[in-house]
Amino acid sequence: MDKAVITVVGKDTVGIIAAICTYLAAHNVNILDISQTIVQGYFNMMMIVDISGLTIPFGDMISDLDTTGQELGVQIRCQKEEIFDQMHRI
Amino acid sequence: MISIMEVAETNAMIEKENLDVRTITMGISLLDCVCDDTDRLCSRVYDRICQCAEHLVETGEEIAKEFGIPIVNKRISITPAALIAAGAASSEDDLVKLALTLDRAASTVGVNFIGGYSALVSKMMTKADEMLIRSLPRALAETERLCASVNAASTKSGINMDAVRLLGGIIKETAAATADNDSIGCTRLVVFCNAPDDNPFMAGAFHGVTEGDCVLNIGVSGPGVVKTAISSLHGADFETLCETVKKTAFKVTRVGQLVAHEASRRLHVPFGIVDLSLAPTPAVGDSVADILCEMGLEHAGAPGTTAALALLNDQVKKGGIMASSSVGGLSGAFIPVSEDQGMINAVKDGALSIEKLEAMTCVCSVGLDMICIPGDTPEETVSGIIADEMAIGMVNGKTTAVRIIPVCGKDVGEEAYFGGLLGHAPIMRVSSFSCADFVNRKGRIPAPVHSFRN
Repeated sequence: MDKAVITVVGKDTVGIIAAICTYLAAHNVNILDISQTIVQGYFNMMMIVDISGLTIPFGDMISDLDTTGQELGVQIRCQKEEIFDQMHRI
Repeated sequence: MISIMEVAETNAMIEKENLDVRTITMGISLLDCVCDDTDRLCSRVYDRICQCAEHLVETGEEIAKEFGIPIVNKRISITPAALIAAGAASSEDDLVKLALTLDRAASTVGVNFIGGYSALVSKMMTKADEMLIRSLPRALAETERLCASVNAASTKSGINMDAVRLLGGIIKETAAATADNDSIGCTRLVVFCNAPDDNPFMAGAFHGVTEGDCVLNIGVSGPGVVKTAISSLHGADFETLCETVKKTAFKVTRVGQLVAHEASRRLHVPFGIVDLSLAPTPAVGDSVADILCEMGLEHAGAPGTTAALALLNDQVKKGGIMASSSVGGLSGAFIPVSEDQGMINAVKDGALSIEKLEAMTCVCSVGLDMICIPGDTPEETVSGIIADEMAIGMVNGKTTAVRIIPVCGKDVGEEAYFGGLLGHAPIMRVSSFSCADFVNRKGRIPAPVHSFRN
């Protein structure tokens, strides 16, 4: 399984998760886990998704989500999961 | 599964603490380009570099995007140029021609520096070595991306004082040749003792003769991450301090290892080493000096600085070694002046002198780095400063280096400006006592005994 981590940081507003989920469904990305918390006063949401069936290049998905984030006034990052695994797991 | 706090920690390191992979450096062997005609040599060298590194920059950018980790520089190191030019070059002009070819190849593939305009002369110089050294002022003035280095000493063979004397003059000439830009040519010239074959960091990178045809070496960074990690430890004991630095270095290095493996897989080039260096930049918060202050020093350069730096250097290595399958290069904490805002402030406030920096080089990863001195410093004095640094490396069996800039037309109290990662620096005071009669002796200082170490 090829996994990616999507993070949203910013001010909470209506429709963030809806916008992301609609985009993911349209491109055949399955959501494995969602969690959210407040870190230093900011809304933090994290999704772990399976991108093995992704229908577009991964680079495009990163750019599209970044654009969606700008429209919603939050920061959306999408990164391959390995960077977190490597750093936090031995 | 990864937790949201872990993800937030990693992204805070990247966004707020300047965590990045400082460089992916592709080492390319040019030994099979050797021939007896300079034009043919240049054409082969150009083709080889462009072929090997064709996809280096775009692959680096792809990895950076997909993992969300900046990869600041993509660079190339080559077999020391004096070796490949020995059969073809009959004059300094031929070597300058090669230098221009290397610069053009670097520009074509889009890397910001190409290292390896180098000579390995720790014992003696060949005719080609000497020609290369003499060509440096022109080669560096007429190029933008070329980096040069000379290994003038080693623990096994001693210090080549003929080369050290020559280099004192060459550094002054290079400064004069680039006088219009604060003698910036000297920022791309390093004199080494015990130069490693697999260093990915400029200006001293070259692809050693013990390496393979093509290899990828990665340089990590992260002074800001270490500083933030220990900022909550005021008053904590040394054990806690060391553990925290080690754990942080481990995390930083794991990112480097990941990028190294991914780049190696995508470019079909073997992975060489990860260089575990804390490499500062002039950006606020990306400073090694700030880490030393966070440990409890009022300023870098205060008494205790050498001990604090020794602790930092050792813990970075201990944490990093476990995180990577293969460690090499310079590995440790860099202490450049112009590239580190904390160091610049320490010099301006009178806390840090060249003499203290020299002591710090006994325990840091490299040496006297990016230090600006008055433009009228005699060349014998420049040679004397180099000889001192070579002696430290030779006797202690470590890599040391000198990258010093006698800034034309400027004196103590003024500043030199280089821009970008090279930063800016105040001109530092140099001892006015002469060492001319010492450095003007011919020959070499023999290798030290390897027993009776005390």
